[in-house]
Amino acid sequence: MAAWLERNVPRILLAPSFLAVLVFVYGFIAWTAWVSMTRSRLLPKYEIEGFIQYERLFAAPRWDTAMNNLFIFGALFIVVSMLLGLLLAILLDQKIRTEGALRTIYLYPMALSMIVTGTAWKWIMNPGLGIEAMVRGWGFDEFAFDWVIDPDMAIYAIVVAAVWQASGFVMALFLAGLRSVDEEIIRAARVDGIPTWSIYSAIIIPSMAPIFLSAFIVLAHLAIKSFDLVIALTGGGPGYATDLPATYMYAMAFSRGDIGQAASSAMVMMTVVFAIVVPYLYSELRAKRG
Amino acid sequence: MRRITLTALVAVTLGNPVSVLAEPQAEVLHWWTSGGEAKSVAVLQQEFAANGGTWTDMPVAGGGGDAAMTALRARVLSGNAPTAVQLKGPAIQEWYEEGALADISAVAEAEGWVDVLPASIAGHMRCEGTWCAAPVNVHRVDWIWANAGVLEANGVSMPSTWEEFNAAAEKLQAAGIIPLAHGGQAWQDATVFEAVALGILGADGFRKAFVELDENALTSDAMVAVFDQMRILRGHVDRNFSGRDWNLATAMVMNGEAAFQIMGDWAKGEFLAAGKVPGEDFLCASTPGDGFLYNVDSFAMFNVDGDDKRAGQELLAKLIVGKNFQKVFNLNKGSIPARTDVSLDEFDSCAHLSAEDMAASSEGGSLLPSYAHGMALRGAQAGAITDVVTAHFNSDMSSADAVEMLANAVANSM
Repeated sequence: MAAWLERNVPRILLAPSFLAVLVFVYGFIAWTAWVSMTRSRLLPKYEIEGFIQYERLFAAPRWDTAMNNLFIFGALFIVVSMLLGLLLAILLDQKIRTEGALRTIYLYPMALSMIVTGTAWKWIMNPGLGIEAMVRGWGFDEFAFDWVIDPDMAIYAIVVAAVWQASGFVMALFLAGLRSVDEEIIRAARVDGIPTWSIYSAIIIPSMAPIFLSAFIVLAHLAIKSFDLVIALTGGGPGYATDLPATYMYAMAFSRGDIGQAASSAMVMMTVVFAIVVPYLYSELRAKRG
Repeated sequence: MRRITLTALVAVTLGNPVSVLAEPQAEVLHWWTSGGEAKSVAVLQQEFAANGGTWTDMPVAGGGGDAAMTALRARVLSGNAPTAVQLKGPAIQEWYEEGALADISAVAEAEGWVDVLPASIAGHMRCEGTWCAAPVNVHRVDWIWANAGVLEANGVSMPSTWEEFNAAAEKLQAAGIIPLAHGGQAWQDATVFEAVALGILGADGFRKAFVELDENALTSDAMVAVFDQMRILRGHVDRNFSGRDWNLATAMVMNGEAAFQIMGDWAKGEFLAAGKVPGEDFLCASTPGDGFLYNVDSFAMFNVDGDDKRAGQELLAKLIVGKNFQKVFNLNKGSIPARTDVSLDEFDSCAHLSAEDMAASSEGGSLLPSYAHGMALRGAQAGAITDVVTAHFNSDMSSADAVEMLANAVANSM
C-alpha cells in the first residue's frame, strides 16, 4: 500500500489540475472550434455548416482593420518597449546612487490596471484637455497633438500608452539579465581597454539572449490579448479605427448576438498566438532534451 | 424539442387559468440601475408587492445591457430562466425562436392590449400570433434639442429642413458657437444617421432600407445624399467629440457652448434634472422630415415552471401595461406611455408633442422602429450598418464608397 501510494501520490495530486486544464482550456478550445463552424447567433447551435463564419470574417472590413491594428500595435509595442527597457536598464546599470528609487518609479506603471492607464492617457492626449491644450495655453497656437481623434493615428496613441506601461517591466527583466552576466568577463574586458559601449554590444547583450526571448514572449501575449487599454483609451474609435481582434470578438459575442462569428475570430486569434508560442515551446523542449 | 415543450406549456397555461391559490412570484432581470431608471423600476416593484406578489430583483448593470444579456444566456442555457427580462425589438423574436418565451395572450386579451397600443408597437410584442412581451414606454429617437437663448441671440429658429439646419449651423459657427453637440461613439453616430436618413429617405424609404434591408434602397442615390449630409454634419461638430458621452454633449447645449443636439428623449431627463424648462431654456422638435422613430423598452416573459411564477408573470404583465404604471414610470424616465389612453396632464410640452406625433404617424404609416437602438434589425445586421456609418463619419470616406460598403456589410451579416 505504502509503496503504491509513494508511486502514485504525484499523479493523484496532479490529477485535479490536469483535469481542470483539460476541460477548461483544451475542452473549450475544441468547443469554440466547433461553434465557429456553425451558424450560431444568440445561442450556440451545433449543426456543422462548414467555413461560412470564416468567409464572413475575412470579408468584413472591420476585421481587416482589427488585424492590421494588431500587427502595427504588436510590432511597435514589442520593439519600442524592448528598446526603451534596454536603454533604461543600461542607464540604471551604471552603479548610480538612487537606483532603488528609480527602479521602483519605472516599474510602477506595471502595477496599474490597463483601464487606469487608458483613462489617464485618454485625458492626457485629448486635444481639449491634455497636452495640446496645455502647449496652446503657453502661446503656441498652431501646436497640434490630436492622435486620439485622428483615425489614422489613433492606434499609435495606444502604442504610446502601452509602451509607457510595459517598458518599466521590461527594464526590470533586462536589469536582472545585465546583473547575471559574469563580472569576471566584464572586468577582463575592461582590463583589455575595450570601450563600455562595445562591452555592452559585444559581450553583455549577446549573453542575454534568453532574457530577450522571455521579454518577447511576455510582450507578444500582452499585445495579442490587449483589450482593456483600447476600451478605456478610445473605445475602439474613432469609428472602429482602433479595433483589435479581442474587441472585435467581444462586440460580436456580447453586443451583437453573433456567437459563430465571435468563435471564428477567437480561433484566428488563437492561431496567431500559436504561430508565436509553438516555435518557442519547440525550441525550449528540444534544448532541454538535447 | 424546445418548440414541443413550449406548445405543451401553452396548452397547460390555457387549460388551467391562473391558479388563485398560488402566490405570484417574479424574478426580474433588468439593467435599469442608474438614478431615474432605478426610481422608475422601483415603482413597478412597489405595485407588484401591493398586489400580493413577491419580487426578486436581478439588476445586472454594465455595457448598455450586454452584461445582462450574458447573464440571461447563461440562465437560459442552464434551464433556469428568469420570469421576466428587459428585452426589446427583434431580440424578443430571436429569443422566441430559441423556444425560450412564454405566452401571455390570456392577460393581453383580458386587458385589451390590441385596442390601446399603436399597431406597429404591438407588433413587437407578439410572437407568431401570441403575445410574449409587455411594452413599458416609447422613447422617440429623432429629436433635435436646442438652447433657446443661443438660438435667439443668433437669430436662428428651429430648422424644419436639413438645408435650414445647414444654413443655421454655418451662421452659428461664424458666431463662434459649436453648431452640433455630438459624442463620437458608434451608437451616437448611428442615432444621428438614422435621423438624417428618415428626413432624406422619407418613411417608406427608411422602412425599405432599414427594416426590410432592400438592396436597391440601400444603394439608392438618396442614400448617397444621406451620407453627404452626414459629411456636412461632421463639419459642424467640435474637434474633441471623439468618445464623448451623450450626456456631456447635452451639457454643452445646456450651458450654451453648443446650439443643437440630435438625440433621443432621454436627453430631456438631463435638461429637466438641471432645472431647465422646456420651451423657455431649451427647445425640442422632431428632426427635419416626417415620421417618428421609436425605441420601446419592454419586458419579455420567459418559460418558467410552477403556478406561482406563472401567476407572477401574468400579474407583472398586467401591471406593466396598466395605466398607473405607464404614467408614473414615464414621468420619471422622460419617455411617453406606450398605451395611447393615458392622461398626459402631468407631462411636459415635449412629451405632448411626442404623443401627438406618435398618434399622427401611427395613422399615416410613418411610425417606424429605430435601427440604431435595436428596434428594427437584429444585432448582427444593425451592427454591420453602424460599422459603416461610424467608419464614414470618422474618416474622409466618400459617400459613394460608404453606400457600396453598406450594401456589402449588410449582405455579409446575413
